[in-house]
Amino acid sequence: MARHPFFKGKGIKLEKAFIELKGLTKTFGAQQVLKGIDLSIHRNEFLTLLGPSGCGKTTTLRMIAGFEEPTSGEILFDGIDISKVPAYKREVNTVFQRYALFPFLNVYDNVAFGLKIKKMDQSMIRHKVLHMIELVGLAGFEDRAVTSLSGGQQQRVAIARALVNEPKVLLLDEPLGALDAKLRKGMQTELKKIQKEVGITFIFVTHDQEEALTMSDTVVVMNEGVIQQVGTPEDIYNEPENRFVASFIGESNIIEAVMKKDLLVSFDGFDFECVDKGFKDNENVEVVIRPEDIDIVKQKHAKLVGVVKSITFMGVHHEIVVETSERDYLVHTTDYFEPGLEVGLSFEPDDIHVMYRMDWV
Amino acid sequence: MKHFSKLVRPYLVWMVLIVVLPLLLIVLYSLTTGGNELVNISFTLDNFKKIGEPVYFDVLKKSFTLGIASVLICLVCGYTLAYIISRQNEGIQDLLILFVTIPMWINTLLRTYAWISILSDNGLVNKLLVLLGFAPANLMYTDIAVLLGLVSDMLPFMVIPIHTSIRKIDPSLIEASHDLGADNIQTFIKVIFKMSIPGVINGVMMTFLLSISTFVIPKLLGGGQYMLIGNLIETQFISVGNWNFGSATSIILTLIIIIGMSLMRKFDREKED
Repeated sequence: MARHPFFKGKGIKLEKAFIELKGLTKTFGAQQVLKGIDLSIHRNEFLTLLGPSGCGKTTTLRMIAGFEEPTSGEILFDGIDISKVPAYKREVNTVFQRYALFPFLNVYDNVAFGLKIKKMDQSMIRHKVLHMIELVGLAGFEDRAVTSLSGGQQQRVAIARALVNEPKVLLLDEPLGALDAKLRKGMQTELKKIQKEVGITFIFVTHDQEEALTMSDTVVVMNEGVIQQVGTPEDIYNEPENRFVASFIGESNIIEAVMKKDLLVSFDGFDFECVDKGFKDNENVEVVIRPEDIDIVKQKHAKLVGVVKSITFMGVHHEIVVETSERDYLVHTTDYFEPGLEVGLSFEPDDIHVMYRMDWV
Repeated sequence: MKHFSKLVRPYLVWMVLIVVLPLLLIVLYSLTTGGNELVNISFTLDNFKKIGEPVYFDVLKKSFTLGIASVLICLVCGYTLAYIISRQNEGIQDLLILFVTIPMWINTLLRTYAWISILSDNGLVNKLLVLLGFAPANLMYTDIAVLLGLVSDMLPFMVIPIHTSIRKIDPSLIEASHDLGADNIQTFIKVIFKMSIPGVINGVMMTFLLSISTFVIPKLLGGGQYMLIGNLIETQFISVGNWNFGSATSIILTLIIIIGMSLMRKFDREKED
């Protein structure tokens, strides 16, 4: 399953791209924050830009919104370059990180802001605004001052204010970042529901990998201004293309290895069967094994043997560190093993994911 | 914090001695006749009635017209200046605000004399006019001269609060406005101006206070005949020696200012609600 690092994941649809980013770069002073972004975004897609802070995800979003001009490259909207079009003429709307609601307007007037600018008929505005306020679950709050609302409610107003303009794309800049864990979960499901209901493209920016995996159709993992991988959440989790993606998306065991030949990889002194091919023979690679894919078995049933070093109760599972002669392995299991116990580690060929080795992480 | 509160006591004594006591004396003067003769003191409201006489009422009217005019000019110029400054980057903003405040470091009297040398019959403006072949204009001792003096004196008090309130606006609000389809002009009217109203109110209050109570500027740039409420109080105390009428006028001025400020405050609070 090996792929070139810039191969677009299998989440890609064959229809024509709706938004295309071509060779997008951005330099602030001496610092290059985007080093050439190529990305295709489709209609009705829930796409997430995921990465640590400073990876360029927000800059990418702001360029699509029109708040930043790219240093070079193109932003194509239905095939037309809009990188020089001012923000107020673009058919996109944004939900800001801190909501950016107008404090001097009440809920109704905040939501109606865009429609009033468009000089739409008053009764039409009223109809649309009330419908949208209801969609986000704030019916009855029309006359409330936005400053008197809770974070979650302000969030809903921000979403309604953007969606009421019927944009072709909704941009969301870490919109759940300021909410507490429980509210976040609720809003994640709700956002996904709203996206299905209005049927438009959502481009979502987050640094939370769990959020990205649960909500998205397509996840774009970014680091240091470069796209690391594009794919479905399953792709990104199960088939990380490099060490960065593997370590950023959840916990994993990342091991330097040598690809002996197709379907055979060698690490920690043993050869293991795997399902990856397409590498050169004896190429230096890295292998990722997710902690939940490793089984703890009796020593005689496993190639890799070690000693239970520690066990931590994590709620649903135990996190166990097994010390072998080469390295410590992280294992997630619901079973309990006494520290000091001698155990074997076993995994299936399709639990081993082979990646290109990167030197710069 | 509790034992520090004792430190405020000398200040309290000071305030009572030089603010509260004189104020009470002014109230007393305004309600009595007979100047400093405390022996045959008699209470009256005549001092307040006197302000209704046409000659004094005109002074009141003129003060107001001039005060409002100068505040309006300050508002237009000050807002424009504050807005332009707020569009610069941080370092330049600080420098420009410093420039705006520099005139305040110089004594009002000196600044006003500078205006005289610019506006007088042989002043800079007239020399330039003659040089360009125009007839010299009479600028001194006119409304224009007084207005110029007032506006240049009060401008910093308008610029600074407005600039502060514009600077405080969250940039994402302006982005949100653009995002929702508002161009630069619509964004200015619908977001930036609305958000700067508290600054405007503070600026208007301060400049109105200054302009209505000033007496140096109208005296020097408007000439001896030019009488505003501040000059009226000054002459009553210093030249005429009618402390009772002077006190009554002061109290009327104070009341007007208090009423004006509370109206503004009320307006401000309604805006917030």
